[in-house]
Amino acid sequence: MSEIKNYTMNFGPQHPAAHGVLRLILELDGEVVEHADPHVGLLHRGTEKLAESKPFNQSIGYMDRLDYVSMMCNEHAYVRAIEQLLGIEAPIRAQYIRTMFDEITRIRNHLMWIGTHGLDLGAMALFLYAFREREMCMDMYEAVSGARMHATYYRPGGVYRDLPDYMPQYAESKWTKGKDLAMVNEWREGSLLDFIEAFAKDFPSKVDEYRTLLQDNRIWKQRTVGIGVVSPEQAKAWGFTGPMLRGSGVAWDLRKKQTYAAYDKVDFDIPVGVNGDCYDRFLVRMEEMTQSARIIRQCVEWLKNNPGPVMVDEYKVAPPSREMMKEDMESMIHHFKLFTEGYTVPAGEVYAAVEAPKGEFGVYLISDDSNKPFRMKLRAPGFAHLSAMNDMVKGHMLADVVAVIGTMDIVFGEIDR
Amino acid sequence: MSNFKFKLTKELTEHFADSNLEITETNLGVVCTVPSEAWVEVAKKLRDDEAFQFELCIDVCGVDYLTYGEAEWQTDGVSSTGFSRGIKSKGPGRFSWEERREESMPNRFAVVAQLLSIKHNRRLTIKCFAPDEGMLMVSSLVDVWPGVNWFEREAFDLYGIIFKGHPDLRRILTDYGFIGHPFRKDFPLIGNVEVTYDEEKQRVVYQPVSIEPRVLVPKTIRRDSRYVEQVNDREAS
Repeated sequence: MSEIKNYTMNFGPQHPAAHGVLRLILELDGEVVEHADPHVGLLHRGTEKLAESKPFNQSIGYMDRLDYVSMMCNEHAYVRAIEQLLGIEAPIRAQYIRTMFDEITRIRNHLMWIGTHGLDLGAMALFLYAFREREMCMDMYEAVSGARMHATYYRPGGVYRDLPDYMPQYAESKWTKGKDLAMVNEWREGSLLDFIEAFAKDFPSKVDEYRTLLQDNRIWKQRTVGIGVVSPEQAKAWGFTGPMLRGSGVAWDLRKKQTYAAYDKVDFDIPVGVNGDCYDRFLVRMEEMTQSARIIRQCVEWLKNNPGPVMVDEYKVAPPSREMMKEDMESMIHHFKLFTEGYTVPAGEVYAAVEAPKGEFGVYLISDDSNKPFRMKLRAPGFAHLSAMNDMVKGHMLADVVAVIGTMDIVFGEIDR
Repeated sequence: MSNFKFKLTKELTEHFADSNLEITETNLGVVCTVPSEAWVEVAKKLRDDEAFQFELCIDVCGVDYLTYGEAEWQTDGVSSTGFSRGIKSKGPGRFSWEERREESMPNRFAVVAQLLSIKHNRRLTIKCFAPDEGMLMVSSLVDVWPGVNWFEREAFDLYGIIFKGHPDLRRILTDYGFIGHPFRKDFPLIGNVEVTYDEEKQRVVYQPVSIEPRVLVPKTIRRDSRYVEQVNDREAS
């Protein structure tokens, strides 16, 4: 009888189902995974070290490039850490804007996730529907910051500027004209808030559409039910957060438990799974999208009725207006100092976290009274999730590895930093 | 801003009377410095004791305290030619791989862990300075929280801190065959080697970096008087 040996296989780093540059060394016994060794770091850019060599504000843009599908949530954790060290607080309108954009970001992230997760498991059509809605979220980003993805919109002490009262519209082209043009511009007649409101009202029906495609789909359930089961004890021991923890039945959400921004002023529910498998995490994320739309609707209503400042009135941190700078000597000096040297942050250390779409995104910041962070550590949720890869896929079939990668919602920008 | 309260200092001092902990509580959080001998023992107690129950270890990271509090912009005189701008700094952006120097100072490296208790809804930062006797060594927390495995690998990779008892202490973020620990303050910001494709050899080759070290904005320290009061309040509270 010939001897049967285990088979070692290299998966990635260039593989569409690896969600970026994951290299997996899989030890297989037939089609069953015996051991998985993820190799990460192929996208390591040393963001933390770079941030240590720059004034505080210049690193906000780096935050977008960490988890590059949930940009503003990363910025939020960073500016919150600085704000806590400085002892300043953003005006209430800025808090609502942040809450609203965090939720838009959550929808964007989950749409990306459901699209690619579906694609990995053979549901092609969903990807196209998800990206149709994601495009509108990109337009919201663009309207407010000028960039479709890497917004750099939050600042310590508020947000860069107030919401525009004009929503850019599609121009007439060879392909879009007449009735078609009127249709794509239907929501874009008014302000950005009108557009967001129309989107948030309509979006739950879109989530229902995705559900009809997947929720009771036999193939989908065969690929996800009972795959990658994580018990609540395991989830805690492995440091899971976000939907990965809630999918296992632990009702833990920083937005409720250690509330920040305007989350304590809006109504929403936290969906929780039961079995801790890929299907439950799918259900949790689907419901989170509906809840996000609910939060956005409440924020829009508040923002429409309450104009006000969006940046703290403190020239040591926030730049004076262009007009002020040209008229007033003091403002000129502040402006010059802010853009050459930056502001200094009192010595101390702080850990600030937000509930990013993937889990707890935290920033640990040490300052030594200077204008640059002395040490910045970014706690990426995906890093903790991926570290449990071996334990989650052991004993599963090779095809289930893809389902587990998908359910972890992995993005290498944040894991490799 | 978060409005949950900490109120941990009292319980910590009560439960760890003989462990020689150094506890600082501010309105930003509680930081507890643990002697390296007691690191694992304290962590275990923090996880299991009813009063704490920190069942999640959110994050572990290394810190290098070299150049802490050193400014790069000191003006000691003003004359008709302008301000004196003495830049005598060892900041990571100011030297290349050849010019680097390994420096030692007491308590240079620390390991910092962020703990979270879901039950009590509390956070705690624990910190441990790595004793440097030829080799930086701290006990591993893998047996307490299995999830710290990769975080410790990362701290080893970036700072060269060795975790005693870690089952699989390999590099994680840097390239295969990387030399040095890049997040140390005496590691140049421009790095050591760069990678290019060699047309003749038909493969990717490593060569010394071709860029010059430079710093665009010098590090400035200003003890802004506005914050003196705040910091005092923070320490008093």
